[in-house]
Amino acid sequence: MTEAVADAAARGYVETRRAGRRVFYAIVVLLCVWVLLPIYLLLVNALSAPAEVTAFPQRFWPSFDLGSISFFVNFQGVLRALWNSVQVAALTMILSIGLGAPAGYALSRFDFRGKEAFRFLVVMTRAFPLPLLALPLAVMFIRVGLDDTIVGLALVHTTLALPFAVLITFSLFSGIPVELEEAAWTLGCTRVSAFRKVVLPLALPGIAASAVFAFVISWNEVFAAAVLTIENRTLTAFLLQSLNVSPLPLKFAGGAALVVPALLFIFAVRKYLFAMWGIANR
Amino acid sequence: MPRAMPYLLLLPATLFLAVFFLYPFVLVAIEAASRDGAWTGENFQRMATHWKFVPALRNTIVLAAVVVPIQLALALAMASIVSASETGRSTILYIFAIPLGISDLAAGLIWLAIFEQSGFLNSALAGFGVIERPILFLGYQNPLMIFLAIVLAEVWRATAIMMVILVAGLGLIPKEYSEAAQVFGASRWQRFVKVTLPLLRPSLQTALILRVILAFEVFAVVVALGGTNFPVLMGETFEWQFTLQDRGVAAAYAMVILAISIAFTLLILRLLHVPKEART
Repeated sequence: MTEAVADAAARGYVETRRAGRRVFYAIVVLLCVWVLLPIYLLLVNALSAPAEVTAFPQRFWPSFDLGSISFFVNFQGVLRALWNSVQVAALTMILSIGLGAPAGYALSRFDFRGKEAFRFLVVMTRAFPLPLLALPLAVMFIRVGLDDTIVGLALVHTTLALPFAVLITFSLFSGIPVELEEAAWTLGCTRVSAFRKVVLPLALPGIAASAVFAFVISWNEVFAAAVLTIENRTLTAFLLQSLNVSPLPLKFAGGAALVVPALLFIFAVRKYLFAMWGIANR
Repeated sequence: MPRAMPYLLLLPATLFLAVFFLYPFVLVAIEAASRDGAWTGENFQRMATHWKFVPALRNTIVLAAVVVPIQLALALAMASIVSASETGRSTILYIFAIPLGISDLAAGLIWLAIFEQSGFLNSALAGFGVIERPILFLGYQNPLMIFLAIVLAEVWRATAIMMVILVAGLGLIPKEYSEAAQVFGASRWQRFVKVTLPLLRPSLQTALILRVILAFEVFAVVVALGGTNFPVLMGETFEWQFTLQDRGVAAAYAMVILAISIAFTLLILRLLHVPKEART
């Protein structure tokens, strides 16, 4: 008797658990659709002929007509803007890792006075609306001849990416045991050669990932790019400034041109994505 | 030599931040408070008396007040799902994190593809026979619809950043606390509210500060979806700097954005106070 009751209770428990699982999976699928569907729709537009994009009602699958894309690519100034975007992002990547990685290494390996002050400076950048820096820097750049240049914009984007580069490399180097380095010293390595032969190979994939991250930050930035460039516009600045006048197919093909590389890059560093943002907690 | 080493390593980054971060903020403050080399409040006066200032300030704050709580709830739900899932955890995390890599301008264009007159929302409504002719969702006659589209685009784009921070925060909480609560008969919901949320406070703080500051910077999404029909602070800053070529007023706007950002950072720090012993 009691056994039967217990049995029924157990079965009920298993059933509610199973129902709970089903609801859980339904929610997961729903959230994935919420994230992916809008991107799919943009790609449908980018892969359809201009006439199909402006037609009504619109189809929900692409016709794989390259009309919109060739219209976009052949549009006056687009290729140049694309090339400018690549240059600015590459320079941002080099600058932020070049300046940030040594700082990250110092934070992870040394105890020294002023360490907390430096960390505070880095963390503080996050409490400020950084794109606003473009306003005073526009004046400064005119004075030193950096206005409307790739280098000028890359310097502003580096301010955005540098704090991340510092924190990411800090956590990377912290994850590599000091003992490995010390062993290399006892075997006759200098501080520099131990770093080059032992630490760097271990940290390199992570450094590459944070470099990609810096690239994406610059590639996606709109406000500073639009304020600081006139002739040498990046793709985001170009798209923003032609929003009022450009036809829909151009906008959507341009949007896809922004999204697709960013997606590929994020996919390439997906393993590190989590570790990178996880450290934002500190 | 070893003593100077850390300072030498830190020097380039410190110099860079001093020249391109600290100094420019001093410059913009001076620019906002002066005109033709003399101290004056004229820039602020011009800004405040322009008819677009009040709507821009109101829109920015209302938008943040609507978007951030939705994002917080959604990010908590997504982070809990990621933490609770046994199979396909990394795939789910990757899909949820995709919007992290998407530019705010691209996000605006994505939602424009849905909301524009010949877009997918109208097409779907026509397909189901709800409407016969496409509706102009994003026209100036429809401010509420523009607002709704911007809210959706912002929630879609920027929830991921909070989600990833919260996932990392959840990973730091030892399982024993929740298990202990379970032994004492706490339900799943009770464990979440009484155990997980309080322990998650440092991550909540970081995520909220980051997100609120980004919410006050909202710009490209609004331009893509609302054009000039929905003024926001950052858009007005751009307008004065670039189109009207009045750097003083643009700097005054920058100071307003800076002021509300700092005010809200301090507010969040106070509301979600983390005791010193609990910091990691």
